[in-house]
Amino acid sequence: MAERMKVHDPRGYPPKVTGKRLAPRLESLDGKTVFLVDCLFDNSDVFMDLMQRWFGQHLPSVKTRVIKPKETWADDTDMRKQIAANGSAAILGVGL
Amino acid sequence: MAERVTAHDPRGYPPKVTGKRLASRLDNLERKTVYLVDCLFDNSEVFMEQLRQWFAARLPSVDARIIKPRQSWVDDPDMRARIAADGSAAILGVGL
Amino acid sequence: MAAALELDGVPTVAVHTHVFARLARATALANGMPRMRQSFVPQPVVDRTPDQLRGYIEGADPISKRPFVQEVIEGLTKPLDQEDLQGLSFERTTPRLLEPDSSENLHRLFFENHWTDFLPVVLPTEERVERMLKGTKLPADKVVGRLRPAVFREFWEFTVEKVAVNAVMAGARPEYFPVILALAASGVTARSSSTNSFATISVVNGPIRNEIGMNSGIGVMGPYNHANAAIGRAYSLLSQNLQGGSVPGETYMGSLGNWYAYSAAFAEAEERSPWEPLHVQKGFKPNESAVCVFFGGWYTHAGYGPRATWQEKMRRCLSAVEQYSPPLLVLDPIAACGFAELGFDKKQKLIDWCAENARLPAREYWDNQWIQYLNRPRAVAGVEPYASRLRAKPDDIIQIFEPEEINIVVAGGETQGAWKMISGALRGMASVDAWR
Repeated sequence: MAERMKVHDPRGYPPKVTGKRLAPRLESLDGKTVFLVDCLFDNSDVFMDLMQRWFGQHLPSVKTRVIKPKETWADDTDMRKQIAANGSAAILGVGL
Repeated sequence: MAERVTAHDPRGYPPKVTGKRLASRLDNLERKTVYLVDCLFDNSEVFMEQLRQWFAARLPSVDARIIKPRQSWVDDPDMRARIAADGSAAILGVGL
Repeated sequence: MAAALELDGVPTVAVHTHVFARLARATALANGMPRMRQSFVPQPVVDRTPDQLRGYIEGADPISKRPFVQEVIEGLTKPLDQEDLQGLSFERTTPRLLEPDSSENLHRLFFENHWTDFLPVVLPTEERVERMLKGTKLPADKVVGRLRPAVFREFWEFTVEKVAVNAVMAGARPEYFPVILALAASGVTARSSSTNSFATISVVNGPIRNEIGMNSGIGVMGPYNHANAAIGRAYSLLSQNLQGGSVPGETYMGSLGNWYAYSAAFAEAEERSPWEPLHVQKGFKPNESAVCVFFGGWYTHAGYGPRATWQEKMRRCLSAVEQYSPPLLVLDPIAACGFAELGFDKKQKLIDWCAENARLPAREYWDNQWIQYLNRPRAVAGVEPYASRLRAKPDDIIQIFEPEEINIVVAGGETQGAWKMISGALRGMASVDAWR
């Protein structure tokens, strides 16, 4: 049998993952405000605009509002506050 | 003692080298035709022209003539035949 | 040519720039004329004024430290001695096996002899080489081909077994061996000594890609696949070792070097491409496996698309390439499909568009040391299209590549519509199936 060797593990140390719960779900979207968060990726504004039109045609009771964060790839706490205060749900897209 | 390992030599096989003699040298360059072979490298024609002018100024009895091969990196037997027929010596340059 | 002139009976002196002194002497030795008369001027000659060059002529040879013209005149007139008349004949060979030693000492020997890329190699033991040889039905002693680092250097020859040795060193598996043999047989070295630091980029097509698990998707041109990495590295190592070395100052003169030279081999994403595969364009059947070797890696441009302004972007890239090294375009399938949707339903149409739009003012085209060196003599001799380019007025806009010089390969992981335009002239093609 070949000689058994002991070697070091070459990987770094990953961070601890802390479990987070999802927000409670809505019973339905009727009469609710849904924020469509345009993640600012190339062409995602067109996609969100089409989503808004789709809601307008197919679920007209849902109020949709397109919103954009201040910057790409950075948390926008003001935007999140606005969504939490004025909206009932959010759809983010289109990220990579 | 560490285990002895037999490994292959990774090199290919070189060709046999056949010795070649140099041409006989001249006693001197006086009244001789010396071909200045411009190897076509960028700016070598300027170098060869300066060398021609140097001969004209310092060794005026030497007939220094600039000649160019047909192509870079390719033997030009016609040019060599002309040098051998009309010349007594050659200076090649400026190669890499 | 200096040696040929000596054999014609013409006393000759070859003038080189001083950084090439070791190389010039090694070449003279390999020519059997170690006493060839060589004189040296300082580097560079390119871009120097006539007065500066006159200074070189009237100054000292930077190698011998003696007056340059004195060296030249003595080289033509000083009588020859016995050694000059004899030349030097000798046989060289390399052994099949090295003296047995400890693994540590052998690794050191491989580094010190410049037999590696300075990363650890797998020692080519008899057992490992034997296993590698099982990757082909061909006999170990079959001659595969000959390689050399530059056109003015000597060719070294090698067998299937010698290729296997280098494949083991690169960490390749026996199933990759037919691809590695095909690259070795292409006749193109991946270790050119060119001052332009050229490397090679190898593209693999046909069923072998999937049989050995090559990557044509995400990270296709990066270190994300064992077959790609080991095949590219094996080609690099075999090139330097089988051709007689790739040692700076002796058998390698690339001024900047090239990272493509570590390992650059990938598979075309044939299944995701809207066009016919590269090897089919070059005359192979779709079910045949083949390698195409591109010589370049000098410049790399990149972009996305095609977007609304793709033509402007592509034209700028095409006019910014080094005009002696035609482009190899590598398109992610998203970009390729985008071009197909724009009407480029055949690769050739996009190649033709690139050729038509690769343009420069004649003044800029000719103001390039390699265009001067390689293409100007052809132009003067009347060879087209160079002659027409030379006839153009300095401000005339001229086409700088023919469609035959431009190639397109589809590869990438479709995480974005990316493309790269890499310096890459197709220099060699070989069947992989012939080496199975």
